[in-house]
Amino acid sequence: MTKTPLQFRHNGREVALFVDGGTNLLVVLREMLGDVTPKFGCGQGGCGACTVLIDGEAHLSCLTLAETVEGRAVETLDGIKTGPNLHPLQQAFAEGFAAQCGYCTPGMLMAAKALLDRIPQPSREQVVEAISGNICRCTGYEPIINAVLAAAASRRASA
Amino acid sequence: MPVTVKTFQALSEVASALSSDRAARYLGGGTLVMRDLNEGDVSMTTVVRATDRSLQTIDGSGARVRIGAGVTFARVLAERDLGFLHPAARSIGGPAVRNMGTVGGNLFAPAPFGDFTVALLALDGLVAVQGGFGLRDMPLEEFLQSRDRQAGALVVAVSCIRPASADAFRYRKISRIKPKGGSVITLAAHVPQSGGRVSGARIALGSMAPTAIRAKGVERALEGRPLDASTINAAAAAASEGTAPTDNALASAWYRREVVGVHLRRLLSGQES
Repeated sequence: MTKTPLQFRHNGREVALFVDGGTNLLVVLREMLGDVTPKFGCGQGGCGACTVLIDGEAHLSCLTLAETVEGRAVETLDGIKTGPNLHPLQQAFAEGFAAQCGYCTPGMLMAAKALLDRIPQPSREQVVEAISGNICRCTGYEPIINAVLAAAASRRASA
Repeated sequence: MPVTVKTFQALSEVASALSSDRAARYLGGGTLVMRDLNEGDVSMTTVVRATDRSLQTIDGSGARVRIGAGVTFARVLAERDLGFLHPAARSIGGPAVRNMGTVGGNLFAPAPFGDFTVALLALDGLVAVQGGFGLRDMPLEEFLQSRDRQAGALVVAVSCIRPASADAFRYRKISRIKPKGGSVITLAAHVPQSGGRVSGARIALGSMAPTAIRAKGVERALEGRPLDASTINAAAAAASEGTAPTDNALASAWYRREVVGVHLRRLLSGQES
């Protein structure tokens, strides 16, 4: 089976590699690029733990054929902080105890980032909708929703 | 297991690649095919992709709207002309699934999925299929009845009528997890009225059979009658006629048959679920 060349932007950095046919983006990120922030959960599109942004839109990396990101920009949790400074969403999650076991957290943060990039000051309903494809079995969701709203408020305060 | 990925520009080449290889599957948004690959489906050795831009076009200006098979649910939601389809598009997955899942792929989604198809079925949906002998339109109902034999066909677009009025088309998905979740039952009703009587009723149900189905007993109960309480009761009584639901983790077949009439009555009466 021949391998296919693949080139895309990973958290602002151009990467080039060869992939087997049918490889999904999550495998490329975790096993070939060493970015283990997106998690493997269900492999079926049901849990959202593997959520990444492709050209700014939330996608499930486990259901994304690697070849389809050729020439596109892929953003993962690994790339959202600025130097030593956490992203406002990460800060709000930490301060609001929005992570317990933490397995869903990278997907939750990327789903929330897709929302705040599009709607900087979302309503509570918009936050609920934005994370509706991400399952958390620990928190009961309330601390997560509150953390996303707190991150939006902190951005407003610092603007 | 690695598979061969073939990418074509021309739709005729895609159709040819699919029809010549029984182990080939067409990849649209990936939510069905990649899931099968992740689960180790060894029956698939080739994945076929198309880059033709026509798969991404939406023509929502006329009385019959046409949506390219590669259009995602997020794009449907961004299209003001397709407002009547927004409730159906919004009922599917979370934002990431809607950024990936396509209108064409939804035709192949097994129960308890495929909710958008239920809406299209109630709006006299047509499926544009590219085969070896060119492009042809096929009634959605006929397409669904032979869906298992359509694996080698390439769906290029779907079309449906625009509802007679905003009130004439109603859609509801009953699910345990809100706002998303697999369907217990999905209902779509197009009930245009003429002179105070229903004329041309189309009722479609999801998760009440292996594919979306028309509820023809309900349509007969509504046709030519005013949409009043007695007509709605007669329609609700006929709701489980011709259905063949199955048990799954969301609901049993028995439960689905028991409650489909209740939800249909609420939908037709304009009540909340």
